[in-house]
Amino acid sequence: MNTLSRRILGAIPVLLGISFLIFMLMHIAPGDPVSLLLGDDVTPEDIAQMRRELGLDQPLIVQYWDFLKQAVTGDFGRSLKFNEPVIELVMERLPATIELGIASMMVAILIAVPLGVYSGIKHNSLLDHAGMSVALIGISLPNFWLGIMLIYFLGGQYNLLPVAGRIEYGIEVQPITHLYLVDSLLTANFPAFWSAFQHLLMPAFTLGTSLAAIVTRIARSSVLEVMRQDYITTARAKGLSEKSVIWRHILRNSMITIVTILGLQLGALLSGSVITETVFSFPGIGELLIQSISARDYKLTQVLILFFAVMYFVVNLFVDLLYSWIDPRIKFR
Amino acid sequence: MISTRHLKVWVGGAILLILFVCGIAAPVLAPHDPQAQILEDRLRPPRWAEDGSPAYLLGTDNLGRDILSRIIYGSRISLLVGAATVVFAGLLGCTLGAVAGYFGKMTDDIVNKISEIFLAFPFLLIAIALMAFLGQGVINLIFALMLSRWVQYCRVVRGEVLSLKERDFVTAVKALGGKDGYVLLRHVVPNTMASVTVIATFAMAVVIISEASLSFLGLGVPVHIPTWGSMLSEGRSYMNRAPWLTIFPGLAIFITVFGINLLGDGLRDIFDPKLRRQR
Repeated sequence: MNTLSRRILGAIPVLLGISFLIFMLMHIAPGDPVSLLLGDDVTPEDIAQMRRELGLDQPLIVQYWDFLKQAVTGDFGRSLKFNEPVIELVMERLPATIELGIASMMVAILIAVPLGVYSGIKHNSLLDHAGMSVALIGISLPNFWLGIMLIYFLGGQYNLLPVAGRIEYGIEVQPITHLYLVDSLLTANFPAFWSAFQHLLMPAFTLGTSLAAIVTRIARSSVLEVMRQDYITTARAKGLSEKSVIWRHILRNSMITIVTILGLQLGALLSGSVITETVFSFPGIGELLIQSISARDYKLTQVLILFFAVMYFVVNLFVDLLYSWIDPRIKFR
Repeated sequence: MISTRHLKVWVGGAILLILFVCGIAAPVLAPHDPQAQILEDRLRPPRWAEDGSPAYLLGTDNLGRDILSRIIYGSRISLLVGAATVVFAGLLGCTLGAVAGYFGKMTDDIVNKISEIFLAFPFLLIAIALMAFLGQGVINLIFALMLSRWVQYCRVVRGEVLSLKERDFVTAVKALGGKDGYVLLRHVVPNTMASVTVIATFAMAVVIISEASLSFLGLGVPVHIPTWGSMLSEGRSYMNRAPWLTIFPGLAIFITVFGINLLGDGLRDIFDPKLRRQR
């Protein structure tokens, strides 16, 4: 069996454990979803009838088994709040979260890598101290507050950017990948591209900032660590130009740590998306999760949480694969 | 002259001390009852603004409640949730990490498997999921945050214990007849405390932001208790008319977390000789 399949098989018990915990917690929690769903003007018979229809009168373990059977076939049942198939709701919202995640990651990389690497190379300089102070401020900023402040100043006061949603109302994008920026470019629909880009800017900046702050600090210390290695002294002694030492030796070797941290922080990005999407009413699965929790739509909530766990696992696996590409000395185990 | 790392510890410590004083002496420091609603004074801007009242330094909210008093009382929740979570998560994580690292074998395997389940999930999402099921409440919040944070302590302490138990001083204590419990508690665990202190400091900052985030999402403490996160959430609806409702609670979170991070940075620089060399 190859290593990739072993990793995937190894994740199954973990995912089953998570799904079981989520399922049990949801069912023993206070508050009855059926009463909430039907409202106040219902008889106990109506509630019993609804519970039977939804299979909620079955023992918990039977309900969990049914849930697993449905999950294997990709049929998670219908959402109690939206009365639509859960999987359709998730797939409809997922591209928005993916688009936001990629954009935030790009914001973080664009800010953090140059700043961190430069601070490392010129350590103890004025720019290094300034960069590290900015990073400390970035780490300490609650991203929902940053989002609210951006909405207030850039959206409300100066009216520079749209404050909510994913695209301007009335603009249609022909779906190909369901990522608005990509689809609008592929179909040469530039007004749609511009609108989607503007809508994405503030949420991506909000979510990317805290990640950028962490990565800046790690990038700096990684560069400092690499710069102390003997092979860097050797490279300089060989007479290589400083540019070559930085690009070919320092940067490439620092990248392992930077990629690791970017991968590890993807979890924070997923959690952050729940808050950022709520602040900007960005229609992704994070916002959907909060809606489903408020409505006690347990079916949708448990599927969404499971979905986040799977996404986190897939991303971490991808980061592992990336290591062996960056550094051929690392074998994917 | 005071070094940068000591300066960080002093400044960060001072900010944390102010938070403690605010939390403990809230009834003395707050100029008004944080719950008192004076509707004729609603949405009053800060004192220095036009229409500001000298009675309300940072203004009032949509129900006429004093923002400064609510921020001072809000520090209690941040402090309580932050400190309790750090202590309980620390106790749980350090105990499991120390036992797993010291005894190894099956104990280590079991603790590692449990850690893997918690690590397979972003920690704030664990807290969101738990709060969704448990419902609002201070105890529930501390429990949810503790369950999502213990694993960091566990991993670090386990790693340190694995290395410490092979050191000569541990072998010497064992040779002198020291029992496992004694060796672990008196000689191994105290040597992990420098790392644990640094993790705990950073964890406190993360927990305070997480508490505010959960309260902002309506999943934290009940709405009648003033917290910085719920103040931000309520203030959002009045953002254009009354920006001070969101600016000041956010600043309170930022300054607190900044101070704690500064303290953590300073402590790490002092405890970690490798980092000291980099400076």
